[in-house]
Amino acid sequence: MTGKVFKEGGHLEYAIEAKGLSKSFGQHIAINQLDLQIPKGRIYGFLGPNGCGKSTCIRLLTGLLEASNGEVNILGKPLLGNEESLKQRIGYMTQKFSLYDDLTVKENLSFVGAIYGFTGKQKKARINELLSLYDLEKQTKQFAGSMSGGQKQRLALACATLHSPELLFLDEPTSAVDPENRREFWERLFDLCDAGTTILVSTHYMDEAERCHALAILEEGNKRADGSPQQLMEAMPAKVVEVSGDNLRRLKQNLIQHPDIMSAAQIGAHLRVLVKQKVANPLRFISQLSDGRVAVLARPSLEDVFVACTGGRHVD
Amino acid sequence: MWIRIYAVFIKELKQLSRDKMTFGMIVMIPLVQLMLFGYAINTDARHIPVGLVDLSQTSESRAIEQAVMATQSVDFIARYASIKAAEMAITKGEIRAVLYLPVDLPRRLFLHPSYDHMQMHSALTLPIGQWIVDGSDTVIASSIRVLRNMPLDEVAGHEVTQTSASFEVVQYFNPEQRTVVNIVPGLVAVILTMTMILFTSAAIVREHEHGNMEFLITTPIRPMELMVGKITPYVIVGLIQVAIILSVGYWVFSVPIKGGLFSLFCASILFIFASLTLGLVISTVVKNQLQAMQMTIFILLPSILLSGFMFPYDAMPVAAQWVAESLPVTHFMRMIRAIALREASIMLLGKDALWLAVFTIVGIIIASLRFKKKLE
Repeated sequence: MTGKVFKEGGHLEYAIEAKGLSKSFGQHIAINQLDLQIPKGRIYGFLGPNGCGKSTCIRLLTGLLEASNGEVNILGKPLLGNEESLKQRIGYMTQKFSLYDDLTVKENLSFVGAIYGFTGKQKKARINELLSLYDLEKQTKQFAGSMSGGQKQRLALACATLHSPELLFLDEPTSAVDPENRREFWERLFDLCDAGTTILVSTHYMDEAERCHALAILEEGNKRADGSPQQLMEAMPAKVVEVSGDNLRRLKQNLIQHPDIMSAAQIGAHLRVLVKQKVANPLRFISQLSDGRVAVLARPSLEDVFVACTGGRHVD
Repeated sequence: MWIRIYAVFIKELKQLSRDKMTFGMIVMIPLVQLMLFGYAINTDARHIPVGLVDLSQTSESRAIEQAVMATQSVDFIARYASIKAAEMAITKGEIRAVLYLPVDLPRRLFLHPSYDHMQMHSALTLPIGQWIVDGSDTVIASSIRVLRNMPLDEVAGHEVTQTSASFEVVQYFNPEQRTVVNIVPGLVAVILTMTMILFTSAAIVREHEHGNMEFLITTPIRPMELMVGKITPYVIVGLIQVAIILSVGYWVFSVPIKGGLFSLFCASILFIFASLTLGLVISTVVKNQLQAMQMTIFILLPSILLSGFMFPYDAMPVAAQWVAESLPVTHFMRMIRAIALREASIMLLGKDALWLAVFTIVGIIIASLRFKKKLE
């Protein structure tokens, strides 16, 4: 069955292969016919608004939820039937902090270490290594519940990578973390990636999505686009025009009424307008609509891609 | 496998020791309940408040009043001029019974066979008075019923003819008939049921509610390892509680522990495991800690009422006995009373011991099977 679906392409090249992956809860379709091919050794992102199915998708791929339909291969093995053996090879950092608040940093690490079968000196060495890698040496005896968001997140990452998984799932890892810690966190992710770990990370931050080697834009359980950030920007089905001048609020209201304009969003002194691909000369088109205000073509950003892909329904 | 069980065990133990409230409860629940029940529960009712309607107003009627008071079963707290007034007082709940002494009391007393030692008039026997009892409370009613054949020596002023007893009754194990002797071992069973089921019924849902489970089920831990690791710390807790209750029972209420400590230990371990497993099964069924609490109470009530703790098992109808048999506490109640009070050894109680062992094994298998490493 899997042989047929995944006939072409080497089995070992992809860390995650999914075909027709679907999940419904009663009437509600959470994930709809998702196809994924995530190469090994990459950081792959899921970008989407809240409730788009990012978490559900990660839970399906880790085997926490059973798919209603579709096939998944993880690290070259079908997920169905291999959930338990794959658990030694994958790591998962949940969206909500899922370690024990009433245990200290060291106790949490020690517990997780033992669960993964580490003992004695080996366990001690690995824990010390992680404590210094994730800068938690001073917090060793602190209760996890009393730590800051950034510290908790580092502890969670340390626990999720304790057994050196080949594939790491991170569900909105930086939602409770300040930008400084976020940068630091991504440095650690690239270190892991450099060491050969494949990472799947979900996010709703554009800057975070932009750091991924490749990403998929999800909306209401459907994949709207995928590729590297560069590819996505180039293949965007819209042109970006920046308008400057005064009375931009009123102009915006007028522009978004037009059927060929996908969205208009104010960014500082500019109004960033997404014009549909079919408009031949977007610059002139916008100039006419905006009473001679200054209009220039702009380089698309990932946010523009996201807005164009999701039809602007989720971003003002 | 043992590494993971040990890891869960240590984790639970640490969490338990840091939860000051729960830790305090482990010691306080048995202490407070033992003090409360040890002193309070008494099936041998004494000093029941009663009234008196004395129509004869003679020295004999006063002598009878004194004699009844001397039994300590009742206290005359009020006098009424008529039966009607006394009945009203019973309805209001001021008194639980009334003793009615008729106008012709001296004559009735004279004719009474136990008073009339020459046995001259015994054919004409009439009762000397009447008790009107609030029969809705069977314990009160039976205590007063005992007064029916009260000896009248003191009233007669001389030794009266005693009819010889049909049977001689010798009371083994608790000759003074102190209720507390039966209560203390029973309380071990009830308190263990409550604490053990409560602790473990919340064990799995708590991890779900705190979000720990989502991480835990992506690790290679097996359900059986999680279950065994989770209940083991509470075995120690259970044994501590058994020790507290029985030693306080011994020092404060002089309840002896006649049987061997080894038998006591074996029976307790078996019951602790059975109760913890029952809690685990509940934990895999319920969705949150509130439901776990409700289920625990649902199990706890029949455990108190049907196990033989308060009402004799043998007095229940067969159907209720079947229900009682299905609860681990009934078996333990039998075992601990036999061991602590009747010097029985665990070898004599093989059937109950076996039942608890089988219950534990079946329960832990059900819990492991029900526990899915999946989210819903």
